[in-house]
This record gives sequence, C-alpha cells and structure tokens, in this order.
Amino acid sequence: MEKSDLKVKVLGTWSSPFVMRARIALNMKSVNYEFLQERLWEGKSERLLKSNPVHKKVPVLIHGDKLICESLIIVEYIDEVWPSAPSILHSDPNERAIARFWAAYLDDKWFPSMRSIGFARGEDEKKAAIAEFEKGLVLLEKAFGNCRKGKPFFGGDQIGYLDIAFGCFLGWLRVTETTSGIKLLSEAKTPALINWAHRFCSDAAVKDVMPDTEKLAEFAKMIASKRRGEAPPKS
Amino acid sequence: MADEVKVLGVWASPYSRRVELALKLKGIPYEHIEEDLLNKSSTLLKYNPVHQKVPVLVHNGNPIAESLIILEYIDETWTNNPVLPQAPYDRAIARFWANFIDEKILNTVRKVCLGSGKEQEQAIEEITEQLKLLENELKGKEYFSGHSIGYLDIVASVFVFWFPNVLEVLGIDVFTAEKYPVIFEWIGKMVKIDAVNECGMPKEKHLDLFRTRLEALKSSAK
Repeated sequence: MEKSDLKVKVLGTWSSPFVMRARIALNMKSVNYEFLQERLWEGKSERLLKSNPVHKKVPVLIHGDKLICESLIIVEYIDEVWPSAPSILHSDPNERAIARFWAAYLDDKWFPSMRSIGFARGEDEKKAAIAEFEKGLVLLEKAFGNCRKGKPFFGGDQIGYLDIAFGCFLGWLRVTETTSGIKLLSEAKTPALINWAHRFCSDAAVKDVMPDTEKLAEFAKMIASKRRGEAPPKS
Repeated sequence: MADEVKVLGVWASPYSRRVELALKLKGIPYEHIEEDLLNKSSTLLKYNPVHQKVPVLVHNGNPIAESLIILEYIDETWTNNPVLPQAPYDRAIARFWANFIDEKILNTVRKVCLGSGKEQEQAIEEITEQLKLLENELKGKEYFSGHSIGYLDIVASVFVFWFPNVLEVLGIDVFTAEKYPVIFEWIGKMVKIDAVNECGMPKEKHLDLFRTRLEALKSSAK
C-alpha cells in the first residue's frame, strides 16, 4: 500500500494552536483524516499517554501504525510524505532556514510572552508583559516584510510553513486582546500583519479549524476557573 | 565562485561544536571565528540580532542561526554524506529526539546549575529519567542514526565532552557507564572518530571555564 494511502488521524483538541498546525497542513494537502478529540481539562487519556509517552501532549499524528509528535515536526513530515503541491516549506535551504528560525522564535519566545500577559498579576506586571510581547510583534512585522517579498503570505502566493506556525496563534491572540483590553495587532504598529491575519483566517485550509474567538474566550474562562479550583473536584 | 563558510562560535559551546562537527563530516572547509560572549562582537550582533547568540553559520555572507536549524541547512546545501535520514518518518524521529535533547535534557541541566536543595534534587532526578529515555532510544543501534554517525549523533555529541565535564563541576555522579551502558558504548565509538575529537573540548580548560561561568550564572540569577 502506498504510504500516502494509510489511514491518518490527529489526536488533539479544537482549542490548541499546535494541533491546528497539523490540521492546516493536512488540509493544504487535501488529506482526509480522523480528528480524535482529547478532553485535556479532564485529564490525559490512556490513548494520549500511549501515543506520546515522552511528552504526553497533543498533537499526535497517527499515520498507519506510525506516531509522530511535536507540531512543527508533524508539519514537516506531512510536507515530505505528501510532496505534491502546494509545498509547505520552500525548496531553497536559506528560505527554509529563515522560516524555521521564526517558527522556533514563535514557540520559544513569542507565544510564552503572550501567555505571560494572561498570567500577569497586577498592572505593572501586565504592562511589562505587554511591552515584551509587542517588541516581538515588531520583529515579526519586520520579518513578514522581508519574507513575503511583496506577496500576500510569509510563504508567498500561498500559505506556507511560517504562516501556519504563526497564524495558529491568532485565536488566542484575539482572546488576549479581549481579556487585556488592548489591541495587540494594530494599524499603527503592525499594519501588514493585520491584513495578513485576515487573509490567513480566510484561507480554505484554515477557516474550518480556526476556533471562534468567543468560544475560545469562554473556554479560557473555564480553564482559568478550574485552575483556581472553582470547579467541583472530579470524583 | 568558491563557497565562503564561517562559523561564529565558542570552543566551549556544545551547540557551536556540533555545527563544526557537521561541516567536518561533510568535508566543508570553513573559518571558525571565536566569539567572546562577555563582549559580543558587532559581527555577531549584526548576524544574530534577535538572539545575539552563537553559533551562527555565515554562508557567502548570509547568516543562519540556531544550531539545529543550521544542521538542516548544512544537510540541504551540501548534499554529500547526508546526515539526516532519507525516510520522512525516520527524519521525524531524529528531529523529535534532537528536540528532546535540547528542550528537555539541556534545559534541565540549566535548572540543576541554578537550583539548590530540593529544586536541584528534583532536576537531577528529571535528568536521570530523561537519560533513560535516550538510552532506550539508542538500544540495538550502533549509533543514534544507525550504522554510522548522523544528525542525531551530531546533536547528541553534547554528551561526549560537555555534559560529563559539567556534571563533574557540579559534583553530580549520575552519568555513569553502570547506569547508561548503551550511551557509554556509543561515546566509546564517537571518540574514535577524528572529526568528533577535533570538535571536543580540552577537559581541564573546560572545567576551569565552567567553574567560572557557573559562579557568574549563580550570582546573576540571584
């Protein structure tokens, strides 16, 4: 059987930006898959612990009998197993390195700084967290200018690796804007990224898996109350 | 036009050394530029403004930063002696464990360096568990990459020189051949490879440097 004909499943949650990356990549390649929803706020299932024993996290891509973990690794795997157009990564090694660099930056620095805004205690901490986060956005706005070469996306005419790596965070970014009361993507500071965000969210491979902001905000509230121990304990 | 390849790095950084190891294994001539991390050069700041860290590979004036990204760039640019496996699944597994080494094990080492008391004990416990996973991954193979040295061995070369030296300075005795016979057998094979030795670090010099750095790290973390 052709490798690319084996059954494909994604273990994940609707709210996770990392899971979104895997789903967008599969959508881009028109690969049918089964979405196995985990309810992580109720604890980690046996299925998850077996599929990703090292990190116990989503997403996990299940391809036939193979298990692939870590969202960016999954995206590269998808691009390599289904090499037909559209390509997710550029063919040029330098372009690939640039895309990987910014994706790593997003995961290691930028997304954690966004989460710090939500976890900040007191106005001073919140202001500092926002300032740090906005510095990152300025870098990303500049990177977008350099990467796009006048085209609509980081990937050029179509969404690519870095669009996926970055765009998956837009839902949570909007929730953070709502809860903090501050416009993080703005016409003043990030005019190009604001337009990019609209285009990304409208993309055929993205729109069905991008969570609704209100639903995500409700979910965030639920998780926050659970963390504070306000929900009744699970018996 | 001949390729111009430079590596901005430091002799004591395992991240830096792994880039040089990859270049040597591929037979790519390069110029090593030793950076002073306490007094960063304008070149480094120009080539890696975001992180201001080593290593940076500069290929015909074009900078690439982040060691794992550099390794992939090297493999894609100079396609002789490929270091990454060919099959997508094998590549995904190699990348997974490379990530594990850097994001988990080396991060935990940092926690051990900065921590004390119960916190440090917990971090040491974490490292022993993480090393067990790595030991399991290596079982049944000559090298992490199979029959010969490859990408994951290059990434894991941190355990050949740097890691044992660091644990020695910290006075932690968890990384032994008794506990990790498979990893130690692999280390024995690695040190027989010329390129690996050329990218090693002189032990006493490294121990001295690390002792000094650890003091500085601890006082700046206070």
